[in-house]
Amino acid sequence: MADAILEVFRGDRQGGKTEQYRVPVAPGMVVLDAIHYIQGHLAPDLAVRWNCKAAKCGSCSAEVNGRPRLMCKTRMDALPLDQPIKVFPMKSFPILKDLVTDVSWNYKINKKIPPFTPRPGTDWKVYQDDVDRVQEFRKCIECFLCQDVCHVLRDHDKFEQFAGPRFFVRVAGLEMHPVDGKSRAKLLRDELGIGFCNITKCCTEVCPEEIHITDNAIIPLKERVVDQFYDPVLMLVRKIRGVNEDSK
Amino acid sequence: MAGESVTVSQGHFVGTLRRDAWWTEILPAALLLGAFGIYATFRAFEGAYYTWGPYLSPFYSPLIDPQHHFWPWSPALLILAFPLGFRTTCYYYRKAYYRAYFMDPPACAVGERKRNYCGETKFPFILQNLHRYFLYAAIIVLGFLWYDAIIAFFLDGHFRVGVGSIIMLVNVVLLSTYTVSCHSLRHLVGGKIDCFSCTSMGSPRHTGWRAISILNERHMLYAWCSLISVGLTDLYIRLVAAGVLRDITIL
Amino acid sequence: MTTKFETHEHDVLIIGAGGAGLCAAIEALAQGASVGVVCKSLLGKAHTVMAEGGIAAAMANVDRADDWRTHFRDTMRGGKFLNNWRMAQLHAQEAPDRIRDLEQWGALFDRTSDGQILQRAFGGHTYKRLCHVGDRTGLEMIRTLQDRGVALGIDVYMECAVTRLLKDGDRVAGAFGYWREQGRFVVFKAKSVVLATGGIGKIYKITSNSWEYTADGMALAYEAGAELKDMEFVQFHPTGMVWPPGVQGILVTEAVRGEGGILRNKNGERFMEKYDPKRMELSTRDVVARAIYTEVREGRGSEHGGAFLDISQKPAEYVKKKLPSMYHQFLELADVDITKGPMEVGPTCHYVMGGVRVDPETAESTVSGLYAAGEVAAGLHGANRLGGNSLSDLLVFGRRAGMAAAQAAKKVRQATIDQTQVDKAEREMLAPFQNGNGESPYAIHRDLQETMQKLVGIFRVEADLQQALQELEKLQERARRMHVDGSRMFNPGWHLSYDLQSMLTISEAVTRSALARRESRGAHSRIDYPSLDATWGKQNNVVSSQKGTMMLRQEPVPAMPEELQKLLADEAEAVAGKGK
Ligand SMILES: Cc1cc2nc3c(=O)[nH]c(=O)nc-3n(C[C@H](O)[C@H](O)[C@H](O)COP(=O)(O)OP(=O)(O)OC[C@H]3O[C@@H](n4cnc5c(N)ncnc54)[C@H](O)[C@@H]3O)c2cc1C
Ligand code: SF4
Ligand code: SF4
Ligand code: FES
Ligand code: FES
Repeated sequence: MADAILEVFRGDRQGGKTEQYRVPVAPGMVVLDAIHYIQGHLAPDLAVRWNCKAAKCGSCSAEVNGRPRLMCKTRMDALPLDQPIKVFPMKSFPILKDLVTDVSWNYKINKKIPPFTPRPGTDWKVYQDDVDRVQEFRKCIECFLCQDVCHVLRDHDKFEQFAGPRFFVRVAGLEMHPVDGKSRAKLLRDELGIGFCNITKCCTEVCPEEIHITDNAIIPLKERVVDQFYDPVLMLVRKIRGVNEDSK
Repeated sequence: MAGESVTVSQGHFVGTLRRDAWWTEILPAALLLGAFGIYATFRAFEGAYYTWGPYLSPFYSPLIDPQHHFWPWSPALLILAFPLGFRTTCYYYRKAYYRAYFMDPPACAVGERKRNYCGETKFPFILQNLHRYFLYAAIIVLGFLWYDAIIAFFLDGHFRVGVGSIIMLVNVVLLSTYTVSCHSLRHLVGGKIDCFSCTSMGSPRHTGWRAISILNERHMLYAWCSLISVGLTDLYIRLVAAGVLRDITIL
Repeated sequence: MTTKFETHEHDVLIIGAGGAGLCAAIEALAQGASVGVVCKSLLGKAHTVMAEGGIAAAMANVDRADDWRTHFRDTMRGGKFLNNWRMAQLHAQEAPDRIRDLEQWGALFDRTSDGQILQRAFGGHTYKRLCHVGDRTGLEMIRTLQDRGVALGIDVYMECAVTRLLKDGDRVAGAFGYWREQGRFVVFKAKSVVLATGGIGKIYKITSNSWEYTADGMALAYEAGAELKDMEFVQFHPTGMVWPPGVQGILVTEAVRGEGGILRNKNGERFMEKYDPKRMELSTRDVVARAIYTEVREGRGSEHGGAFLDISQKPAEYVKKKLPSMYHQFLELADVDITKGPMEVGPTCHYVMGGVRVDPETAESTVSGLYAAGEVAAGLHGANRLGGNSLSDLLVFGRRAGMAAAQAAKKVRQATIDQTQVDKAEREMLAPFQNGNGESPYAIHRDLQETMQKLVGIFRVEADLQQALQELEKLQERARRMHVDGSRMFNPGWHLSYDLQSMLTISEAVTRSALARRESRGAHSRIDYPSLDATWGKQNNVVSSQKGTMMLRQEPVPAMPEELQKLLADEAEAVAGKGK
C-alpha cells in the first residue's frame, strides 16, 4: 500500500518546527497508528498522549489537518494522502512538548463546580425517563477538544472568566440530575461565564462522543440562568414567594 | 526532513490549518439572510400591495390601522418588531449571524479578530436573554396567521381554494414547526424540570418535552424553511395585489 | 532525611488512580488520613475508563432469587476453586453496598421500570447481575469516583510514574518516581503505600489493554520483596476485534453476548453448542476463548482468523441504545454496521488474575505497610475471572485497602528515607541515556510481545515455555544495554525503557508459573496436560525474589469453612479434578 507523509509539530514552549515522516499505510490505520510507527522506528522521543486507542479515554486529542480530532479515531483513508497530513497539538492550551499540551487549567476549573448534592430524604427511586437526558452528558470522555475549538478560549483567551463547553456539559449533568438538589445558576453566570458562549456550536461539531453540547447542555442552562436572573416575571414571583436562590 | 520553523498559533484573522473551503459554510447563510433583510425592509416600508381578496401578507398581520387614522406610516412597522425580534433572538439565528456577519468565529478552528469580545454578557447582546418574551409574542402573531390562513379559503362567504390559500397554509404550518421547535418553549414545557417523575403533571410534560425535543433537533431546518416561505408568501401576495400575477382558483 | 529531590509527604500514598486507587483514596480520606494519589496518565484516563459491560453485584433487582451466596458460588466456580475463599465471600457480600455508594455519589445506572438499578446477564453469572450504563460502565464509575475524590480534596500527582518503592528495614517507607512532563525525579514519603496499578496486558501483542498496562505494580512489589501469586493465569477475552490490523485486540464487550449475540464459524454453525451446550455464548471466558481459537485452528475461522459474532437479529434501535460504543467502534474503525451484519472477533489478552499476594481482609501484601488492590492484586478470581467481577473487586477491595492503610498509618511514625536507595533508583533511571550503542526499547518491546504471544499464549506446552524462558533471558540482556535518545522532557522512549524492565520481570513470572502448573485449569491451558489435576487444584503458585533471583514455590489453597463448603458441595469435587 501507499506511503503517507506526516508533517508533525516538534517543539516545546520555546517554539519549534514541523518535521516530515514517511509512514507505510495499512488497511484501517488511524493517525495514532502512524504516530506510533514514527515513535517505534523514526523518532522514539516524539511526545504524544494516548491510553486506550479505542476512543474511550480522550487522551489523544490533536489537530489533524487543522481540525481538532482524536487521533485514534481518525482514519488515514479518510484523509487526502496526496499532501502531507499535518498533525499539530491543540492550539488553545500551552504546549509542553510536540503533541502534548498542558491541560491542567481544565482540572482547576472543574474544582469550582459544587459536587453532586442529593436532595435530603430522597428514596433513590430513579426512572429511566429522568436519566436519559443526563446520561448523554455523562458520556463525556474529557478529551477537551470542545475546549480547544471554542473561540472564547481559542481566540479570546477568556481562561479567567469562562469555563468552556466541557464544564457546561458537566454542570448540565448535575443540574438535570433527578436527585440533585442544588442550583448552580449563579455560578454559571458569574464564575463559569456562560454568557460568553455565543452558541456558535463548534464544540458540538468536534465532540467525539456526539454530545449535543450546545442544544442539550448550554442552551438549556442559559434558559435556567434566564429563569433565575433575566426573566422579570419569574424573578418577581420568586421575590413574592421568598425562594432562596441556591435551591432548585 | 525538517520543515521551516513554525509557531503553532494560527491566531490571526481567518488563520487556520484547515484544508477545506471553510467559507462555504457561512456563504449561503450570509447571502440568504442578507437578501431576506433587504427584501423585508423594502416591503415593510412599502405600505401597499399587502392584501388581495381574502389574502393578507404575513408581514402585515395582524393588520392595524390600514386607513391611517392614527398611524401615518406603513402598518407593517407596527407589528414587524415581534416576528423580527423573535428571529433575531432565536438561538439558531444567533449562531448563523454571529458566524456569517460578526465572524465570531468565521468557522470552527478558523481565527477571528482580536478585540474585546464579550459574547452575550453586555448590552446589546445581553438582551438575547429575553427570547422567551418574543416567543410569547410570536405565538400570538401565529394565532393571527392561522386565522388569516383559514379565511384565505373563503371568498365572499364561499369556500374557495386558490394557489394563494395553499401557499398561506403551507407558510403557517412551517411557521408553526419553527415556533414549536423553539428552545425556550422546550425549556418552558419540560426542560426546566429535573425530575419528571417527582413533579405534578410530570408525565404529560415529559411527553411534550420529548416531542418538542424531537422537533428541536431540526430547528435550523424549520428556521430556514419558514423564513423562505414567509418571504415567498409575501412576494406572491404582492405580485397578485399589484396585478402582475393572477391567483388561480383550484377548487 | 532530606534528599536533593522534590519530596512530598503523606500518611497514605496511593499508586494508581483507577477504580481501585480512587476507592482507596476516598476511604483513606474518610478515615482522616492525608492522602496522595500518583498516576502515570491524566486523572480519569486510567484503564477503568475502558470497562464496558458492567459491575457484578447481587442486588437482586432483576432476578429476585439472587443473593451473595450465588454470587460467591459463581465466582468460585469460575475461578476453578483456586480463589481465596474469603476474598470471594467478602466481595460477594459487600459489592451491593458499594454500588449504592456509587449511586449516592451521583452515578446514574440504567434503570428498571420500577426505578431500581438495571442488571444484565453475563458469562458465568447464574442471574442477571451486572449493573451497567449502556456499554460505558467504567466511564461512569471512574467519573463518579473522580468527582467524589475532587470534592473531598485529594491531592493527585498526575503524569507521574513511580519506579521504585523505598523501604525502611522491612517496612515500606515511600516511593521514588519521575514526572513524565519534565523528567524531574520526585520522592514520596508515606506511612502506608497502596498499589493500584492495574495489569500487564502490554506484554502481549494482541491485547485490549492500554499502554499503562506494563506490569509496574507487580514489578514494584516484587522488587520490594513482596510475593506474587497465580501469575500463570492470564485471561484471554474471547472477543477482540481482528480486522483491520490497526484495531486488532480492541475489546468487543461481553455485553454483546449478554444482550443475545450469537457466535458462528465460517460454515454458519453455532459452535458453542459443541463446547458448552448449556451456557452457550454465556459460558466462562476461558471456555469461549478456547472454543474460538480451536475453530480457527481447525480451519473453520473467518477470513481474518476469527469467528463471527452477530447481534443483528435484535432491533437496530435496541442495539444502538444498549451497545452504543460498540456500534460506533465498528462503524468507524472497521466499516461494519453491527445492526446489519456480524462482527469478526478473536481472543485478545485482557486481564491477569494473578498479582500481588494479599491478606483478604486488609489487602496488605507480604511486605508490611504495602497494600494492593484491583487488578494488581491476586486471590479473588482464582484461575479465571468472571466478567463484571473486576469492577466490583475495585470497589470492595479498593475501599478495604484504603481503610486498612489509613488505620495502619495512624499507628506508625513516618519512616526515614534511605538515601542510597534513592541514589540507586536515580542511577537505574538514567542508565539508558548513558548506554552507548544499544537498541531502542521499542524494538525490544516488539520482540517481547511476539515471544509472549507465540510461546505463552492461550495454549501452552512445555517446549514453548522453556524456549520462552531462554528468549526472555536474551531480551533481559538486550534491555540492560538499551539506549534512549533525546532529553528527559516528555520522552516516551525513555518512559518505555523503565516500563520494559517491569514487563520483562513479570513475563518471567508468568512463564515460570505456567511451566510449573502441569494441568489445564481456567485460563491456563496446557496442550501437554489437558485435564484438571487434583493436586494442582489445591495449590497456588507463589513467586518471590530471593537475593535477586526469581523463586517459585507452591502454597496450599486456604481451607474453606464448612458452611461455605456446603454451598459448593455439589460441584467442588467435579471441578477439583477427580480424574487423577
Ligand atoms: C476494554 C476493557 C473492558 C473491560 N470491561 C470490564 C467490565 O465490563 N467489567 C469489569 O468488571 N471489568 C472490566 N474490565 C477490567 C477492568 O476494567 C480492569 O481490570 C480494572 O479497571 C482495573 O482497575 P484498577 O483500578 O486495578 O487499575 P486501572 O484502572 O488500570 O488504574 C491503574 C492506575 O495505575 C496507574 N499506574 C500504573 N503504573 C503506575 C506507575 N508506575 N506509577 C504511577 N502510577 C501508575 C495508572 O496511571 C492508573 O491510574 C475491562 C477491561 C478492559 C481492558
Ligand atoms: S457554542 Fe459556545 S461553548 Fe460551544 S464552541 Fe461555541 S461559543 Fe464555545
Ligand atoms: S464534551 Fe465532548 S468534546 Fe467536550 S470534552 Fe467531553 S467528549 Fe470531549
Ligand atoms: S487513545 Fe484513548 S481516546 Fe484516543
Ligand atoms: S430558539 Fe429559535 S425560535 Fe426560539
